[in-house]
Amino acid sequence: MLVYLIKRFFLMIPILMGITLICFIVINLAPGSPALFQEEISPKASPEAAEALKKLYGLDKPIHERYFNWLDMVISLELGKSFVDGRDVKEKIKERLPVTIILNLLSLCLIFVMAIPIGIYSALKPGTLFDRVLTIFVFTGFSIPTFWLALIAMIIFGVNLGWLPISGIQSIGAENLPLGQRIIDHFKHLIMPVIIMSFAGLAGMSRYTRSSMLEVLSQDYIRTARAKGLPERIVIMKHAFRNALLPVVTLLGLAIPGLIGGSVIFESIFSIPGMGQLFYSSAMSRDYPTIMGILLIGALLTLIGNLIADIAYFLVDPRIRVKKDV
Amino acid sequence: MFKILLLRILRNKISVLGLCFIFLLCITALFAPVIAPYDPYEINVYQVLEAPSKEHIFGTDELGRDVFSRVVYGARVSLKVGIIAMGISISIGTILGLIAGYYGGLIDSLIMRFVDVMLSFPTLFLILAIVAVLEPNIYIIMIVIGLTGWMDVARLVRAEVLSLKEREFVIASKAMGAGSGRIIFHHILPNALYPVIVAATFAVGSVILIESGLSFLGLGIQPPEPSWGGILSVGKDYITVAWWLSFFPGMAIFLTVLSINLFGEALRDALDPKKWS
Repeated sequence: MLVYLIKRFFLMIPILMGITLICFIVINLAPGSPALFQEEISPKASPEAAEALKKLYGLDKPIHERYFNWLDMVISLELGKSFVDGRDVKEKIKERLPVTIILNLLSLCLIFVMAIPIGIYSALKPGTLFDRVLTIFVFTGFSIPTFWLALIAMIIFGVNLGWLPISGIQSIGAENLPLGQRIIDHFKHLIMPVIIMSFAGLAGMSRYTRSSMLEVLSQDYIRTARAKGLPERIVIMKHAFRNALLPVVTLLGLAIPGLIGGSVIFESIFSIPGMGQLFYSSAMSRDYPTIMGILLIGALLTLIGNLIADIAYFLVDPRIRVKKDV
Repeated sequence: MFKILLLRILRNKISVLGLCFIFLLCITALFAPVIAPYDPYEINVYQVLEAPSKEHIFGTDELGRDVFSRVVYGARVSLKVGIIAMGISISIGTILGLIAGYYGGLIDSLIMRFVDVMLSFPTLFLILAIVAVLEPNIYIIMIVIGLTGWMDVARLVRAEVLSLKEREFVIASKAMGAGSGRIIFHHILPNALYPVIVAATFAVGSVILIESGLSFLGLGIQPPEPSWGGILSVGKDYITVAWWLSFFPGMAIFLTVLSINLFGEALRDALDPKKWS
């Protein structure tokens, strides 16, 4: 176990380096340097002031030197100051991150709680009406623009029926409500975003669980279990289900980049004050330090997600444990 | 060969529907000026936000422009971006996958680590960051989506090459003194082509989804150029008064991507030798 973990950690180092390098390249793609952009905002700025600004952001140094300077900052978790309001990027991200993480975790939970039973049930009854409905659902999930789905849901449930609020994560003045009502208020605000965020993942995961289960069901040990005369329920639950679940665990990690990336769209549609919304507004105002910071954090979250998925897989699958330790 | 393939695809009725829709869409995009009843840029302040009627079957937008004409022209943008960005990512993915799989060793691990790095970024974050830094226009969008979508293809091709490399006909060719170039292009690439074709089909659909998402956020195709995502982003502002602005362009995206995915699925089945032996 320990050997595996250490190996896994060392593998992350080159990837981390690559991530910082790409972040840095992206920001330096800009045709005008950030200093030029500042000049655009206030054309009155004198050349000397622009020079001073360049010095301030270190733009007068050669590019590789700038990369290592920046890397130095990043390693000490210093992400610089926002161009827009001069606040610390780290602080800005810190206050937005929890909302995004909670939303993504809720969506991940929903995906797993829904997708596994759906996938398994339709694998047990291939070709039935339920299975066909699932196929339609899967294709819809892969093909529908989720932001459009969000708009339609807003029109139907928010505007026409008036059942659910369409923006924010709480009502105005909700801080003064008693705890119980506040939780209900939050819950109502989160239903639509979470369901719609999960939609595409739900389709993919159900399909994946279904094919994984179908494969397990065709294995010899299932036939043996049935031949022994075990009740079907035990064959399914004890022998098939647990083995079919293994590959599904890995998908946990793979679903994360899509979910986090999607938060840009959903948070801006539903006006949720999270990291995605911050990223969107910084992209619109070309706030380079904030863009770079969030890009980095997004990649780190993905890495952590993958790490957790790998460790989970390692813990559930005895085959890997034996192979890796010997 | 092509005939057999076509027959196999036609056997699947739903995919025939998808194929018809794709065909219709290509015609629409090619002959947009003939099909669109109005100029998609023509502003008319006297008919702002009109509901669908006989004159304007999809209604009019906030500047009085005909939504149907704009959706028709939007098909051009979506198909253009979809196909070119797909071309870019499939080429990069195939080339890197071939190199990594064939040469192995250090080159392989370097390329695969690069793939890991690229896959660590939430795709939409990476695309948005690049687009925000550069001025967004249709060419930048194509290139950026293409440059950020090749990783799965690279993995796929590499896996194919690894298994093909050990096959008898490749080893025989090598023993007869064939060079790397000949082996890669004559023996390996043609045999690895099927999964790439299937991946390319699905890629067009996902590129169209990404492009419309970018335009919806205002960081894709810039107005007044008509794009499906762009119309939707206006629709969002008028969501309480003009449902048609959100409904029709979204439906266009949905049906297009759905048709492409159905076709891709049928293609995958048709190219699967196990299924037909």
